[in-house]
Parts: sequence; C-alpha cells; structure tokens
Amino acid sequence: MSSFANLLVTKEVVVCCGPGGVGKTTIAAAAAAAAAWRFGLKVLVITVDPARRLADAMGLELLDNTETEVDLGDPLVAGGKLEGGRLWAAMVNPRRGWDDLIRRHSPDPSTAARILANPLYQEIAERFVQSHDYIAMEMLYEIHSRGAYDLIVVDTPPSRNAIDLLEAPARMGEFFSSRWLRWLTLPARSGFLAAAAKPFTLVGNRVLGPQFLGDVSEFFGLLQGMYEGFVARSAAVGELLASDRTSFAVVTTCDASAIRETGYFLKELARRNLPTGALIFNKVLPAALRDRSALAAAARMGSDAVALAEELGEGRAGARVLGEVAANFDRYGVVAKRHHEARVGLAGRTGIVTEVGYLDHDIADLQGLGRVGRSLLAEGPDRR
Amino acid sequence: MVSGKGGVGRSTVSASLGALAASMGRRTLVCEADARGDVATLFEVATPSFVPALVEPNLWAMTMDTEASLQEYLRLHLRLPSFGGLGPLARMFDFLATAAPGVREILTMGKIAWEVRERHYDLVVVDAAASGHIVAQLGAPNAIKRLVAGPAPGAGSRSGGPLRDQTQWVADLLADRAVTGLVVVTTSEETPVNETIELIRRVGDETDVGPAAVIVNRVLPELFSRSDEETFARLSAAPVIDRLAELVEGPVGPALEVAQSARRLRQHRVGHLNRLRSALDPTLAMALIPELFAPGHGRRLLYQVTEALRQELT
Repeated sequence: MSSFANLLVTKEVVVCCGPGGVGKTTIAAAAAAAAAWRFGLKVLVITVDPARRLADAMGLELLDNTETEVDLGDPLVAGGKLEGGRLWAAMVNPRRGWDDLIRRHSPDPSTAARILANPLYQEIAERFVQSHDYIAMEMLYEIHSRGAYDLIVVDTPPSRNAIDLLEAPARMGEFFSSRWLRWLTLPARSGFLAAAAKPFTLVGNRVLGPQFLGDVSEFFGLLQGMYEGFVARSAAVGELLASDRTSFAVVTTCDASAIRETGYFLKELARRNLPTGALIFNKVLPAALRDRSALAAAARMGSDAVALAEELGEGRAGARVLGEVAANFDRYGVVAKRHHEARVGLAGRTGIVTEVGYLDHDIADLQGLGRVGRSLLAEGPDRR
Repeated sequence: MVSGKGGVGRSTVSASLGALAASMGRRTLVCEADARGDVATLFEVATPSFVPALVEPNLWAMTMDTEASLQEYLRLHLRLPSFGGLGPLARMFDFLATAAPGVREILTMGKIAWEVRERHYDLVVVDAAASGHIVAQLGAPNAIKRLVAGPAPGAGSRSGGPLRDQTQWVADLLADRAVTGLVVVTTSEETPVNETIELIRRVGDETDVGPAAVIVNRVLPELFSRSDEETFARLSAAPVIDRLAELVEGPVGPALEVAQSARRLRQHRVGHLNRLRSALDPTLAMALIPELFAPGHGRRLLYQVTEALRQELT
C-alpha cells in the first residue's frame, strides 16, 4: 500500500490545499472516490467549485451544502471495487453556511430572523473573516462531529493565499473576543465606559463615519448573545484541524510560482505544528521526457529528418513532421527537466510524495476521476 | 484593472502590459493590489514598496498595503494626530476591516484612484484581485454607498468619514469607460475559460466597470498543418516506429507519443478557446500569448511576455 493510500485509510479528515489553479478540486474528488472504491470506506468530499462537467458527472448540479450520494457506477469501470464503498459530495455555499451558523447560535428564532433580515448581514456574511475559508472549515467540523463518514476529504476555496485558510478559525475567535468589539457594541450614551472607548470611536468615526459605525455596531449588538458560542466553536474547529485525525494534503504543480507558494505554505504548516500528510504534484509530465536515450533519439530524428523521411518513403512533409515531433519533444523535455528539479527541491522537505500525470484531456466523468485516483494511489494504469 | 483565475499568470501579464506601455513612452504605474510580491519579483525589486518606485524608464511599481493606505489617508485628509506606533493602529484597523464590509476594498480602490487623479500617470495597470474577489473589489464603492445612508454629498463632508467621501468619485472613475477597463487574463483550459465567461457576466451585472480585453495566456502552438496531420498518422503506425527506431538507433516511441499528446491537448484547448470566443461580445478585444515552455525568471520573463504582447498588440 502506498503511503498516500495509508493516509486515506488512517485519517478521518484530509484537507486538500495549495495554490490556485493546480487542480485541487479534481484531486480531492479523485482521492475521495479512490478511498470509497479501493478501501470500501464511506467517504464524503466537501467541494468548493468543481468544473461544470465534473459536477454534472457526480450529480452535483442541485447541491447546496447538503450531502448527496454519488453513484459510483460499474465496479468493472472503476477497476475493482470493495463492498461497502460509498461516496457522498457536498458543495460549500458560504451564504447558506452563515445562515445555518446564525440559526444554530441564536438564543431564539426571532433573534435569528432579525439578524438574517439585517441589510448589513449579507455584505458581512460574504466578506467576513475570509468567509469562504471559515465556512468550509465550519461545515467540516459540523459534519465530522456527526460521525457518519469514515473519511471526509475537503477541497479548499481559492484563498488569496493558502495561509488564510489556516488562520480563519483563529481569526474568527479573535474577532469575537476582541475588546474592540465590546467597545463597538457599547450603547453610545453610557458615559463612563464610552469614554474609555474614545480613541476607538474616534478612529471608527473618522474612518467609517458615525452613521455606518452605528449600523455596524447595531448589527454586532444583535449578535451579542452568540459571541461565546462563536469563540468556543472556532476553537473546536481549530483543534480538529490540528489533531492527528486530520491530515493536510498539499497539492501543487511544478510551475515556478506554484512551487514558490507551496514552499512557503509547507513552512507555515510546520511552524504551526499542523500535520502535513502528503505533498501531491499534479500535472507531472511523462518520465520519458527525461530519458536520455529517448532524448538522444529525438535529437537525431530532428537533425536527420530529411534523410530519415526519404528512407521511410516520405517526402518533404515527412521531414517537416519528424522535425516538428523532435522539436516538440525537446520543448517539453526542457520543461520536464525544470519541473523535476523543482519537485526534487520541494519533496525533500516533507514525507509522503505522490505524483499525478499530466492529462491531455479534461476530467469529465467518474472514469476520469478513477484514473486520477489510481495515480494518487500509485497503482499504475487501469487493471482491466 | 487586471483580473483572472489564480494560476493563469495574472501578475506576469499585468507587469508586462505596464512594461509595454512604458516602452512606448507612456508614464505607467503597475500596482499589485493583491499583495503576494509577484510583481516585485518580476521587476527584481528587493522589497515591495507602498510608495511607487521607479523600476524602469517611465515605469513605476507599487504594492498595495491597506494599512499604509489608511495612514496616508488620515494624514492627508483628516490631519489626524499620529497614533504612536503602527502596532495599535494596525490591530484596530484589522478589527474594523473585519467588522465593516468593504473597508479594505475601498482603501485599495481609493488609493489607486488617488494615484490616477493626483500623479498624472498616462496609465495605471492594477494587478487586481483574482476572479473570486474582483467583483467585491470593483463593487466596493457602490456597496458602501448602499450601506451608508449618510448625509447628502457636500453636506459636511467630514461627517461621512473617508468611506463615504471616497466612494462617489472613486465610483465615477471606475464607471468611466474612457478611463477604466477590466482586462481578464485566462488560459485556454476548461475551468479558467468558465471562470472568465462567468466573471465578465458578473462584472456586467454587478458593477459599472466595462470589460476592455481578454488575454489568453500560454496558448499552445499548432504542431502540424492539416495535410501534415496525415503524414504524422502514417509515421505513428507501429511498423514505421520500429523502422524509425532502427534508423536512429534509439527509442522514438516517446517522441511520437508526446507529439500525439500535445496534439490532443491543443485540440481540447482550441475547443475551449472557441467556446470563450463565442460566449463573449465579438467586439471585445482578445489577445493571445503563446506558451513559452521554458520561461525565464524575473526581468527575463517580463521581457519575454512583453515582447509577445508587443507582437500581438502592435
């Protein structure tokens, strides 16, 4: 069993994170499907924004924070499936997530209704403390504590940078225990305390204007009874992320900027003592591009194109095609060499390293996910 | 304003647009609004700076810092006393920006608009937020206007606070199609193309900003002409590969397979590119930047992309 497979079997939560545009969503879905197919687990993938066709293939079109079972299809197609393996998928909808959170923490339904109807609420719900990040983690916590799944795989939202995700629970807790918040929600007329808050209201007024500051203050006044709940909850979310039930799988490509961001992210994970379980290189070019004899053969094909084409009974077009085939191999060969160096440089810094090959087509169905899944488990090509 | 999905090369294209304009004699500022330091890396500047720094003739670069923007605002417009160190102010600001939606965005947009109005650049290129955040960034002035039912403009400007004061003229500047345009950077892959189509629709529906162009980065070359395709198919047949391998005395399979794969990849990408074209207003400008395969770093990369843009645009 490869070590990534081991991770899927032993952990309860695997968080896929990394730079934007590296294929996190596909990797998360493929890892979840592979765990269900191969190890007979009950798996949930919490996804953020899958490509339309992939969502369709998983039957995700109507999803809205609710967990929906994905039909895993023909076991033969999947290349062998264990009994009992089932896959669910849910999509993160930050607005719905906040609504649920407010309802859960409200002392009574009428307070919840007043908050949800507040005009500031929508703006705040969508931008608040890296809203997407926090809600994804919150949803994870909620579902995990129900204990209905063997494994939950989380695809993470496109953050400004990956660190935002890690900081979201702590920032949420910090916000609701902040003294600024106490000052913000002080009734304007309560003389003595208001005087203590003066520097704050001075800056607040100057920046936001008294009207806006008033609105904001009224809004957080409505939330007042829930602070403790929020603080406790975000602490619990943070604890789950740091516990040994959870593992972070960092997904990246070998592009220079993705490698830079990933290097920084790995450092930050280590600094916070968070469990980095795997480093997944996606879109890895074929190893043949680094094979010396293949490179030498291609180079000869290019330099002797005219003679070779003649020998094969092809004319000028043949020489042109052989030349282009050789030039193409050379171009990708240079890229593959660079990518390999970048990969080796980064891989030395963490334990489990998995590679998924470059695909010349889009993943649009479960078979496609199955192929990526096999790659993740280092199983090689289809067993059929 | 330059946006696009993460990973498509937004910062590189932004910096290159700036470098191209500067090389044509326009006084240009490149502003990295989503501070990740990529623009500074491209210009090989040691530390990103909030104060615009001259990086090439006619070309200045800066990195947005909303706290510094707030301090500058307070100093210039309100003549507020100093708050001592940056520490307490920074923490208070962090809190305010968390509690009050749009504070960060308006300070970013306000600073950019201020540079446009006060510093007389011919062009300001903003490496703006990624497609997930750009609508909030561009829409911040209007969102604030909706939220702040303050006094009418002009009726004691101080009472509204900077948010209120800055909104109207920043909103006007953004909505003026002769001044501001949105450039969306994408690749011809499935998800970036979907996001580009969606982003242009949302920006049209939810903001007053006009789209100016779509730049498709990393476009793959066509390997074979249509007639050469047949030749390639003949040469890829198993017996021919064996013969070829004998002739060059080495394995040629990988080269032919990689060529086949590159063909397929390009076909898929062309499909997505066509989908993009047909989804967009045909009058919207579209520019293509070829895949560089082995791009350089820093200024070398900047030069390569700038030259590709020059060929495409001039």
